[in-house]
Amino acid sequence: MSENLTLLAIVLGILHSGIRLATPYLYAAIGETFAQRSGVLNLGVEGIMLMGAFFGFYATFQTGNPWIGLVAAALTGSLMGLLMAVVSITFQAEQGISGIGLYMFGLGISSLLFKTMLGTVEGVQGFRELHFCLTSSFCLADIPILGDVFFSHSLLTYGAYALVPIATYVLNKTTWGLKVRSVGQNPEAADSLGVSVTGVRYASVILGASLAGIAGASLSISLLNIFQENMTNGIGFIAVALVYFGSWTPLGVMLGALLFSSINALQLWVQVLNLPIPSDVAVMLPYLLTIIALAIPFRRSLQPAALTKPFSRGEN
Amino acid sequence: MDNNSNLLPSGLPRIESLEMRGIVKKFPGVLANDHVDFDVKAGEIHALLGENGAGKSTLMKILYGMYQPEEGEILLNGRPITIHSPTDSINHGIGMIHQHFMLVDNVTVAENVALGLKSTRGLRLDLDVVSARIRELAEKYGLQVDPQAVISKLAVGERQRVEIVKALYRGAALLVLDEPTAVLTPQEVDDLFVIFRQMAADGHGLIFISHKLNEIFALTDRVSVLRDGKMIGTVNTADVTKADLANMMVGREVLLTRHRPPVTVGDARLMVTNVNAFNDDGKPVLKNVSFEVKSGEILGVAGVSGNGQRPLAEAIAGLQAVADGQILLEGQDVTNFTPAQMFTVGLSYIPEERMHDGCIKDFSVEENAILQDYVKRPYSNWIFLAFKQIADHAQHLIKSFNVKTPSRDTLIKNLSGGNIQKLILARELAREPRVLIAAQPTRGVDIGATEYIHNQLLRQRAEGLATLLISEDLDEVKALSDRIMVLFGGEVMGIVKSEDVTVAQLGLMMAGERAEQVFA
Repeated sequence: MSENLTLLAIVLGILHSGIRLATPYLYAAIGETFAQRSGVLNLGVEGIMLMGAFFGFYATFQTGNPWIGLVAAALTGSLMGLLMAVVSITFQAEQGISGIGLYMFGLGISSLLFKTMLGTVEGVQGFRELHFCLTSSFCLADIPILGDVFFSHSLLTYGAYALVPIATYVLNKTTWGLKVRSVGQNPEAADSLGVSVTGVRYASVILGASLAGIAGASLSISLLNIFQENMTNGIGFIAVALVYFGSWTPLGVMLGALLFSSINALQLWVQVLNLPIPSDVAVMLPYLLTIIALAIPFRRSLQPAALTKPFSRGEN
Repeated sequence: MDNNSNLLPSGLPRIESLEMRGIVKKFPGVLANDHVDFDVKAGEIHALLGENGAGKSTLMKILYGMYQPEEGEILLNGRPITIHSPTDSINHGIGMIHQHFMLVDNVTVAENVALGLKSTRGLRLDLDVVSARIRELAEKYGLQVDPQAVISKLAVGERQRVEIVKALYRGAALLVLDEPTAVLTPQEVDDLFVIFRQMAADGHGLIFISHKLNEIFALTDRVSVLRDGKMIGTVNTADVTKADLANMMVGREVLLTRHRPPVTVGDARLMVTNVNAFNDDGKPVLKNVSFEVKSGEILGVAGVSGNGQRPLAEAIAGLQAVADGQILLEGQDVTNFTPAQMFTVGLSYIPEERMHDGCIKDFSVEENAILQDYVKRPYSNWIFLAFKQIADHAQHLIKSFNVKTPSRDTLIKNLSGGNIQKLILARELAREPRVLIAAQPTRGVDIGATEYIHNQLLRQRAEGLATLLISEDLDEVKALSDRIMVLFGGEVMGIVKSEDVTVAQLGLMMAGERAEQVFA
């Protein structure tokens, strides 16, 4: 009986952590979905996240207001996106390479700023966990078993999930979404109808990057409430992989993010419970899964046809 | 043609006249348009004829706002207008059907039409409104299109109609048609021409870009001919002959007919038996294909693009795996040989993608002349290239095949399409093949070079070469082939004698009817 209770507690714990840990993946990968749907592969998500994490943290640290931190992170992300857009759209640089450059830039600058402006690891009061208290004595979080799993996250986590239907709607049901899909699939056709391919791609990359900035902030002012050098630890790269995994749809991205974060939570529990599995193997598990998922060939046919291809008018 | 109403069926005013005057457009090293005058009137189909690189597309891209001219003006109903972008052009009532379909494949017809337009619901798409208007236009113009259909599921003829609807939806009174028949079967071309004639009768102006003389005579009222960026002249189609137009295009006398003398046919050189093949997605691309080509024979392969022609050529050349069946070259089993092995047993291959598979565009003419044989004597000696022999060989090919190039060191990408093709042909024939596969040997090649290449193929035929000629140009297939094989969906619809079949009958077979049904 007590074994069953422990097992239930573990499963609930994994669910709770899974939902929570998916937050940065969701923001970053949905943002990247917009960029890739428009035909731009932004590999610099990790660097943008680090910058967003730093400025989100720093603004919160200085003002005590996480909302100001959130705006700072989004703005920082937009500027990084603008840089990526200038290099890869206007100057038509090889997108894989410019993205790696952007990552190195974000990693270096955020570490430098951390050392000069903060010096040590500090904590802040970021976005608090909500408990949805309907009365002073009853909160939704107190509902037995599932209350804690669903109703004890921060606003940024709920925002990440709200982004899934919003992004789906924007991509599929708005005129701008149609433009994004079209310039990523056949930019010549869009251009011939007077759609500004450059304009749509700039907007998509900058929007995606501002979401990447928020993804970084979701770590530094919501999940962890600290800033450390290289604190994103590969999340930005996984987010790029999740876009492929999710076949360029927000819903697919969400399923991928949940799967990934749940397995991540699982491996944390494996370590905590001291199960007879080497912890290195457990840590490896989510990444191994990513590689396997990406190797499935049929997904490639769903890829935007003009992904990574710069557009210039008049060339065949 | 003369109706009193000034309105088109779409409800918009006609463009009574459009004039381009003194248009000059320069590209680095080329004068693409040299003081070109051109005009089109309401109710008229006006052909713009010229070889590749004569400046037709440049002129039309200026009209559509994709290029800006250095000099010249455009007048609409007598008043000067400025066109800086496709949007300006669309707003003036000019529509363009591009040579390559400008459609987004993975979305619906309605979404393709709605792309770039203002929605009646602000930011939200109004696809139901768009669909209703598409149906209305489709009915008025007799164009069958389903607004909900996804483009990738449509046949090419249907995609062409979507392009027309897209232009009409945007209020096109004047339509530029850039080689609209390139990928259609003869029947689809006929259907399309009915639509074009009706549009002209309703008061639309149509500019028809083509280099197919038959189509120009079948459809147009006037013809303007461009050569080397200059307007050679504008004539009434009824007043000239094909030979006149060909002379205007090329600037000299050209023979449009080919003389194919009878030759003694020898043994089967290439035998293909029940060959099956699959593409990378596992879909069948060749189904039980069987045929033979004899010495002294040209076997033409006709079919709409993408019906197995390319896999067939590549299966024989060793570039496409054969899943089942057998290929014999002079009795030797060569099934699934590598390309290098195929070259050594006597196959020469002129691939359809000239710049992609036929040559290395950043290599010189000389280097391209020895692409297969660079490892062999006399072109190499142990590990060293024998430059003297290579140069002599290249010089010989240039001279004997009349390749126009500044020198043998010129990068091949700087030659015209016709001259590149002549060099590839020269290289392949110089290897003294037993079997030749010529895939689209004259696609995008000017009339003069086409004439030369055709005569070379016929000369080799007389000397006993077995040739498999794959072409989407039915006139070419009819003129050169002894027998014609039609492919549809990777299957052989029939093999018929060239003399016994009409273009219309070939068209039916290209659309999927078997020879037995067609000749029943």
